[in-house]
Amino acid sequence: MTDLLNAIVLLSNFLIIPGLSYGSQLALGALGVTLVYGVLRFSNFGHGETMSFGAMVTILTTWGLQSIGVSIHPLPTALIAIPVGIIVTIFFTLLIDQTVYKYHRTRKANPVTFLIVSIGVMFFMGGLIRFIIGPGDQIFFDGTRFILKAKEFKELTGLDEGLSLKMTQGVTIITAIIIVAGLFWFLNHTRTGKSMRAYSDNENLALLSGINPRKVVLVTWILVATLATIAGTLYGLDKSFKPFVYMQLLLPIFASAIVGGVGNPVGAIVGGYVIAFSELIMTFAYKKVVLYLAPEGTTVDSLIQLLGTNYKIAVSFIILVIVLIIRPTGIFQGKTL
Amino acid sequence: MTGGYGAADILHDCTIGVEKGQIAVVVGPNGAGKSTAMKAVFGMLPLRSGQVIFNGEDVTQLKPEDRVLRGMSFVPQNQNVFTSMSVEENLEMGAFIRTDDITDSLNQVYDLFPVLKEKRKQPAGQLSGGQRQQVAVGRALMTQPKVLMLDEPTAGVSPIVMDELFDRIIEIARMGVAILMVEQNAKQALEIADKGFVLVQGHNKFTNSGKALLANQEVRRAFLGG
Repeated sequence: MTDLLNAIVLLSNFLIIPGLSYGSQLALGALGVTLVYGVLRFSNFGHGETMSFGAMVTILTTWGLQSIGVSIHPLPTALIAIPVGIIVTIFFTLLIDQTVYKYHRTRKANPVTFLIVSIGVMFFMGGLIRFIIGPGDQIFFDGTRFILKAKEFKELTGLDEGLSLKMTQGVTIITAIIIVAGLFWFLNHTRTGKSMRAYSDNENLALLSGINPRKVVLVTWILVATLATIAGTLYGLDKSFKPFVYMQLLLPIFASAIVGGVGNPVGAIVGGYVIAFSELIMTFAYKKVVLYLAPEGTTVDSLIQLLGTNYKIAVSFIILVIVLIIRPTGIFQGKTL
Repeated sequence: MTGGYGAADILHDCTIGVEKGQIAVVVGPNGAGKSTAMKAVFGMLPLRSGQVIFNGEDVTQLKPEDRVLRGMSFVPQNQNVFTSMSVEENLEMGAFIRTDDITDSLNQVYDLFPVLKEKRKQPAGQLSGGQRQQVAVGRALMTQPKVLMLDEPTAGVSPIVMDELFDRIIEIARMGVAILMVEQNAKQALEIADKGFVLVQGHNKFTNSGKALLANQEVRRAFLGG
């Protein structure tokens, strides 16, 4: 019995909790991609850099706050810096939209043109970010490191395995729940949210109903910038902030959006967790779990790891390819919000 | 009105119109420019010459969105509902331009199409063809239009549903809404029409009251199958 409990705790500690927190970050990122796809109808490759940009502004604000001694201990100071990050990112995103995307929108450019333009935006933003904050690692986490320490858990339960919950993981999961609930409430219960869904569903009919496309586009970018800043900051808090990482994050984020059904917000969330857990399940070393569950005296030579952690990114790529071959529309049929 | 999509005109000096509380029907063979004429009236097609007069006002230069604000409402032939949204949300979106209370209009539409009230929480994409058309007409009515334009409202529905829809359309006209519609089922449509326009290759071939057109030998032979 104790062995079983130990095995469960072990899995929770190294697989379930990290999976939930990484999945939440991917889900928030994928929601941004899905909103752009659903309303503006293109795959926004600049989204990773938007996340990075939002996180950067939040970090700069956090440093400012720290230097004047503001603190919300035990919570990380970054949480009160996020609103500033969001506002600056919204303005920056709208500036890009007005100067870059608007031109192609009025000419009704096809989605591939948009996609390539967004790659240009991605490189531009990436360069700008590295110019401002530098390419190196930035650690901006402060506050209490753990909500629950492994040692405390061991003492509390008397088990051999410890369960720890990092502050960043707790903050990530709770923030993601609040943001997702807020977004769905907005999309399903407000006039503006419904008009976004209507526009995404049938652009012509939305115009015939007197829905203003400019306003829909504006609100979409505001939501996208907000989601991106939050996702980027949470990821940076949990791991660390490094500009290049956000470019690599683009693959699992697109995989999440596509697996769930691009354009579908529920799909983006489910896709986020599917990708996060697949990556972890495939690269987790099961040796200790097997030892707990196997009859006593069993010896295991290998780590029982399906793939090295270096192949993490390959997992999302493989899932992406499989989904595109077998069910290109994703788990939930995508296209509309 | 004269105009078309590219270099070639589809409409040549074509005139259609309707008065308050009346039903006007545009009929004609395939490719006669019936749907194009509707789009031209609604401003979805640039006119080379001619004008669109609404309520004594020249609206030729207005965008479709602005015509909605003036009191024109259009039900396209295809993709005329928000498939992923519930029936009620479809109707709410119809009333998007209004800032006043829409409950009365909502109830009015539900009275007109009781089945929609039953299914108001269902996504419109899951409804049958006839019910979808009802949603589409209902959505267009939510703006409280002065003129309702229907592009083949009975396309792809069964004859029973078609009769039912025509009855509802008459009812809507009695409420004082002008109805301008394009119909494939020329005979039935002309029976309920106060005014009929027979279009051939973008020209007005015949224009008369619905009854007179039905009685016209030439129209019968050419377009109504004897």
